[in-house]
Amino acid sequence: MLYIKCPHCGMRSQNEFSYGGDATIKRPELGKEISDQDWDNFVYNRKSLRGKHWELWQHISGCRQWIKVERDTATHEIFNTLKANEEISL
Amino acid sequence: MTQNFRLESGGLINRGKKISFKFNGKNYFGYEGDTLASALIANGVHLIGRSFKYHRPRGFFGAGVDEPYAIVQLYRNGETEPNIKATEQELFEGLEAKSVNCWPSVNFDVGAINNFLKIFLPAGFYYKTFMWPKSFWYKIYEPFIRKAAGLGTASIKHDKERYEHKYEYCDLLITGSGPSGLASAYAAAKNGAKVILAEDKSRFGGTLLTSDVNIGNQSGKEWADSIVSELKEMSNVTIKNRSQVFGYYDHNMLVMSERISDHLPKTKKYHPKQKLWYIRAKEVLISSGSIERPIVFGNNDTPGVMLSSAAKEYMKVYGVLVGKKPLIFTNNDSGYETAIEFKKNGINPIILDTRKEPQSEIIDEAKNMNINIKNSYVVVAAQGYKKVKSADIAKISDDKEKLGSIENIDCDCICVSGFWTPTIHLASQSGNKTKFKEEIDAFVPGTSKQNEKTLGAANGIFTLEETLKDSFEQGNRLSKKITNNDNKVSFPNVVEKKSAVHDKFWCVPLPKGKNYKRFLDFQNDVAVSDIEIALKEGYRSIEHVKRYTTLGMATDQGKTSNLNGLQLVSKIENKVVPAVGHTTFRPPYTPVSIGAIVGREVGKHSKPTRKSPMHSWHEKNNAVFVDAGVWLRPRYYKRGDENLFEASKREAKNVRTNVGVCDVTTLGKIDIKGPDAAELLNRVYTNAWLKLPIGKARYGVMLREDGIVMDDGTTTRISENHYHMTTTTAQAANVLSHLEYYLQLVWPELNVNVVSTTEQWAGAAIAGPKSRDLLKKLFPKSDVTNEGLPFMGYIEGDLFGVKAKIFRISFSGELAYEVNVESDYGYFMWEKIIEIGEEFGIQPYGTEALSTLRIEMGHVAGSELDGRTIPYDNSLEGLLSKKKDFIGKRSLTRKAFAAEDRQKIVGVVPLDKKTSIPEGSHLVKDSNAPLPNPKLGYISASCWSVEHDNPFSLAILKDGKNMIGKKLFVMSPLKNKVIPVEIVSSHYVDPKGERVRS
Ligand SMILES: [Zn+2]
Repeated sequence: MLYIKCPHCGMRSQNEFSYGGDATIKRPELGKEISDQDWDNFVYNRKSLRGKHWELWQHISGCRQWIKVERDTATHEIFNTLKANEEISL
Repeated sequence: MTQNFRLESGGLINRGKKISFKFNGKNYFGYEGDTLASALIANGVHLIGRSFKYHRPRGFFGAGVDEPYAIVQLYRNGETEPNIKATEQELFEGLEAKSVNCWPSVNFDVGAINNFLKIFLPAGFYYKTFMWPKSFWYKIYEPFIRKAAGLGTASIKHDKERYEHKYEYCDLLITGSGPSGLASAYAAAKNGAKVILAEDKSRFGGTLLTSDVNIGNQSGKEWADSIVSELKEMSNVTIKNRSQVFGYYDHNMLVMSERISDHLPKTKKYHPKQKLWYIRAKEVLISSGSIERPIVFGNNDTPGVMLSSAAKEYMKVYGVLVGKKPLIFTNNDSGYETAIEFKKNGINPIILDTRKEPQSEIIDEAKNMNINIKNSYVVVAAQGYKKVKSADIAKISDDKEKLGSIENIDCDCICVSGFWTPTIHLASQSGNKTKFKEEIDAFVPGTSKQNEKTLGAANGIFTLEETLKDSFEQGNRLSKKITNNDNKVSFPNVVEKKSAVHDKFWCVPLPKGKNYKRFLDFQNDVAVSDIEIALKEGYRSIEHVKRYTTLGMATDQGKTSNLNGLQLVSKIENKVVPAVGHTTFRPPYTPVSIGAIVGREVGKHSKPTRKSPMHSWHEKNNAVFVDAGVWLRPRYYKRGDENLFEASKREAKNVRTNVGVCDVTTLGKIDIKGPDAAELLNRVYTNAWLKLPIGKARYGVMLREDGIVMDDGTTTRISENHYHMTTTTAQAANVLSHLEYYLQLVWPELNVNVVSTTEQWAGAAIAGPKSRDLLKKLFPKSDVTNEGLPFMGYIEGDLFGVKAKIFRISFSGELAYEVNVESDYGYFMWEKIIEIGEEFGIQPYGTEALSTLRIEMGHVAGSELDGRTIPYDNSLEGLLSKKKDFIGKRSLTRKAFAAEDRQKIVGVVPLDKKTSIPEGSHLVKDSNAPLPNPKLGYISASCWSVEHDNPFSLAILKDGKNMIGKKLFVMSPLKNKVIPVEIVSSHYVDPKGERVRS
């Protein structure tokens, strides 16, 4: 079971969180023209990365904040966690 | 029965307390502190079971967790449990155990015929023998294997025992209470660290209980006892016996199973049988010791052949002799320690040492005691079927390839020592890259991946002094890092006898003309010849060899077999052992009961039930309940002999003619506040929200980004910046997360707060033509006329002193209201509605009537909003704003979503107006078409229309908009039904929606 540092609450076990997928995906702005390909990339297309990956988790059984977690998908090592409003520097 | 093999004195058992037990139907006695194994051996019982594959007789091989054979079926407290190791099961009064793998009995076993038909059972025997023909598997092979080769039988009864889970955090978790565990725990505890020390056995001390050493002028056991009693007094230390740390998982989380009541005849009321500990440790010290390795020789699985360390433990801990004519077969000094212990107890052992001229203090001691030592000697084969009767022994050449002439000597047990294998299972599970240590021909932990460190014998350190020194140091160093204390513990004076180097000899060659089975893996019956076949057949990777031959699999996890298997593969493949590599060690290290894994999450605890504040009223009024997600809701209220169909019809009819009341507390409720609340709603709902006046409710539909309908519900504007959102019961949690996602990550600039208020409000839906009359009496001070409270209106009212929210919304299609009060007043509200509603003929209605009412009205619900439909499919396209963007809008332009013949909701009526249509049935054009018959759609919900008094269903049908009036067939292969039907509008009642506005 992973041990995740919630930037708001501190170290918490994985079973307090729910997973939210790739954190680097940005939702296209509302009302803006967008090609089919770009929209597909936003809605469906995800890479199944091996290695470092920024992903979203929500601390549902805690502060209910969405957070960003940099995790190695192969080793489960967690390098960094950020608040929702903090930018990822890739 | 007398205990013929019990020593007159000695051991750590309580001879003052006799305990009676039963094995295979026979009565025996043992003492308090015995294991089932030690008590059976004391009674001269060595035949305990049959082997897995060949059904050869099985005895005891070890004295603890290393035991591969002695697995029994246990009976206790009216329950039975398989897979119990006799060497671990402590004796209690009335214990009953039986052999497994024996059919019909341990002494006469049909399966033993396999032993003489080995040709059928070589390596990969499951794959080869039982794979063809396929049809034989279920009827012939599987039942046979299950009957003849099981490892016991699981009980199919409900387990009445209690199992618990515990989450624990500590600075240091130390796994094992031998010398390294005690020393490191002591040093860390002195520094004030929070320490958990776990010992698998009932007694603390590990090898200190059996080794002849001196620490600080105390015997090993005395020293262990004093450290343990001091640790027990310290508030920062948790010290647990009967507790096996069996798994090392990610981020330094380990799981330990504590056997709380397994050693007692009966669990005390409210006491758990076992407890599973989830331990998050800052640092882990693995002090799990080592397991003696066997030497491989002919018939080395005969009962009476066992590890020399086990024989010593039976004498020193249990006061039991494993035999009276012992033969010790060793390649190192450990065998001598066992021989010395026999000699001290008046037994004359013979030592066969594979070494030519070893010299050490221990060997000198043995010589001084006049023990018969034969150097450069090996056991070629054990003789005897159900128990060792003699041994074929021979001299072996210096290159260990040639055997001298075979001699046969009498013996009743053969105690084997092939040196020691560090127990690296936990380290390996943690991700540690193990490395091969040449001097001990075994793997030891290498580079750590997590915060773990291995100590003492588990790390390949076999001298006590070095072990203690290193363990004190590591305990101090790691705890200092955490607590910043540095309380040095003075190092005690250690006296131990020095050993000579061991001989890297592990397998006795076969004598000419003999074809003895030489076993590597005793639990899985894997012999040298099986590995040879596997390699001949082309298996190379050790992981493949493992799977093909079952070497090192199952509950044993290769505890005694792993290294000898690797030695063999490396020899045949002409590779060094590290190049072959070992297989992955997987948790659990020892078997864990399913009960312990499940814990308290059984029955109603597996999913806590939510009940509305009106629940007890429903109970008192004959409600029949149904699970609605986590909630329990009344399905119908039974009157007299009514069944579900009759009751729900009556309730629905009463709504259409008089007035009904339904408990809608379970609906999800989200409170939304902030100056940008309307903007948020406008973005997440498909319709327009910016101009909703205060005191008005609006129906809204939410989509996922992929255009699929996520949820629907009404949201009411309570005040300028305050909205009350409702969701379906099932989607409440998802909708909240969905809103939080957009507010926190996508539009952080919106100034809005959302919070779930589902449990804060009790809700009652009052529906029917007489609902306004009732409302007038409930809220005499409020204006509830059609003008004062129009359709989709909202007011606050006073319900006999209780503040209430009144929404004029309808799910039934009738004139209807929803009244919310704070949960604590829910029961009061309900009673008042029933009491005052009496004169209007009010009846409570359950979810079944609720469904009927919404289905015949064509209102969509969960069975239509099933994660596969878009707004158009549910005839909700009128709610899609063309002027603004919203979540999911862009996806609706996908080709398939805009297709001309896109599926759409329709109504379905059977032509005979009598036959009920099963939900989930398919709609087809031609009921006689060959299979697969093209499917045009499916029935999403069915009811008996109370308005028309005939069956009515909703369906999602291809090209639904052009299908009204068409005749199709409903097919339900499951119910074997074919029903001719007509497609009608989904709005089967009041299509213009006049009643809700009346
Ligand atoms: Zn948090």
